Amino acid sequence: MVIAAIMAGGTGSRMGSTDTPKQFMKLGTKPIIIHTIEKFFYHPEIEKIVVPCPKPWIGHTRDIVEKYFDTEGKIYVIEGGASRNDTLMNALDFIESNFGMDDDTIIVTHDAVRPFLTHRIITDNIRYAREYGACDTVVPATDTIVHSEDGKLISDIPSRIEMYQGQTPQSFRAKKLKMTCESLTEEEKAKLTDACMVFTLRNERVSLVEGEVFNIKITYPYDLKVAQVLLQEECNN
Amino acid sequence: MINTVYRLIAPRLIDVAYKEIEVDKDSLIIRPLYLSICKADQRYYQGMRSQAVLREKLPMAMIHECVAQVIYDKSGRFSVGDTVIPIPNIPVEDDGYTAENYLRSSRFMSSGYDGFLQDYIVMPADRIVPAPEGVSLKVLSFTELISVSVHAITRFERFAAGSRIESIGVWGDGNLGFITALLLHYLYPEVKLRVFGTVYEKLSYFTFADEVYHVDDIGNVKVDHGFECVGGAGSRPAINQIIDCINPEGRISIMGVSENFVDINTRMMLEKGLCMFGSSRSGLEDFKRTVEILKKYPEIVQYYENLVGDVVEVKKISDIHKAFELDIKRNFGKTVLKWEK
Repeated sequence: MVIAAIMAGGTGSRMGSTDTPKQFMKLGTKPIIIHTIEKFFYHPEIEKIVVPCPKPWIGHTRDIVEKYFDTEGKIYVIEGGASRNDTLMNALDFIESNFGMDDDTIIVTHDAVRPFLTHRIITDNIRYAREYGACDTVVPATDTIVHSEDGKLISDIPSRIEMYQGQTPQSFRAKKLKMTCESLTEEEKAKLTDACMVFTLRNERVSLVEGEVFNIKITYPYDLKVAQVLLQEECNN
Repeated sequence: MINTVYRLIAPRLIDVAYKEIEVDKDSLIIRPLYLSICKADQRYYQGMRSQAVLREKLPMAMIHECVAQVIYDKSGRFSVGDTVIPIPNIPVEDDGYTAENYLRSSRFMSSGYDGFLQDYIVMPADRIVPAPEGVSLKVLSFTELISVSVHAITRFERFAAGSRIESIGVWGDGNLGFITALLLHYLYPEVKLRVFGTVYEKLSYFTFADEVYHVDDIGNVKVDHGFECVGGAGSRPAINQIIDCINPEGRISIMGVSENFVDINTRMMLEKGLCMFGSSRSGLEDFKRTVEILKKYPEIVQYYENLVGDVVEVKKISDIHKAFELDIKRNFGKTVLKWEK
């Protein structure tokens, strides 16, 4: 079984003064999260979609999901966690309890605020998660990455040719991901800034999936403006 | 849903655009598997249309020949994973008389409306035909072009009913000539098929024809009816040669597109009582008949496999450019895009 987890746990603290979490803001005619869920809803390999979101927003999320989808028992809105890692664990627990989890269960995790992903990216994620156990969607870094340990002086400048910018989806064999997450110490968990780190901390292979530069994450008001402009391009059609 | 569309915004310049798409209960979502480049696409790509036309039609996703896979079907007519052929002509009315591809109100994808270079294609369910099983997807990518020939032949059958059909001439040794001639050979096996062209090498591919002629050396050969599959600057000499060597009361099917007006020998047209008719594009019934023909005559499919030229895997926009540039250099055969975008 292939299950998508649309990570909508964020409360939008970086979106300026707005109180509405960014995933619920409108892009074109629909909330951003609806555009994102649609990409998975219409992908024939995705059998279930789990949407972890902040507890106060569960009712709102269920309402808009019902408004835009004839869900056919495919979309499940659940409570997210305090951190991204907790949210991921909640999603994994829900999947195991409700759909079962075996070695062939694939989880495709994706930011609710990346609505521009393509069908091919989802397909490649499923393929590479099956093949390698884990994969991460990336694009080659265009800016030079500068490493600083103290935030004041450059420690080193890694070769740009080996640098990539991480996007989502990140996809995994769900059972292996859950077991590996559970094996982490509290110290290791504190270091986690990315789901794929669960695997790299244990020296497990994580394959790269080619992303798209336009698979942007709508984090700041600037991003939302860019997304609106992209969608409002006038054409003769 | 936000769809990603790959549009020609100016000659040789393709950019990504995004548009919201809606799927209603009569529509389905398909994704291209293989696409094929048509001469009309090339005219846009190379900027060979007038500036006024380019200004009016661009930006626009090119390509109207494709075989696709069903991703989602709300209409319930198809199953997810079915291989299908989309019909680029979208009629918006039925006046009871005019074929859908001649209604001026019809929309044609890749001519003023986005063609098939898209991540998802939303199509009305009645604009899709199931692909025949066992036929090469690369051949099926240019089903639309085959259906254009089938449409012209169907019209010929209507206009030539009751007339003598002992010999048919096909002018043009390119893809359209090859496709049309082969269909005529199988649909009318008793009829003498004569092919007229300008390139000996290309004429040598028409092994199924009864006779092939270089247009500069046709002697006194006569045909009962003629199909013009030349177009462009070659339209004038081709049409006039047909008029010269066609028997009285013959039918002439014009299929080649010319950007310029063409002088024709009207005196001889009148003296011979000829009937000339044009054909353009195709509609649902033509696609259905095409699929039936491909099912019935596997030999036709085998011949058409020889038309498949370069097959370009498309993962990046630069791959689309690569396919178009390769196609420019090709003087026979079809350039096919394997959609991996």
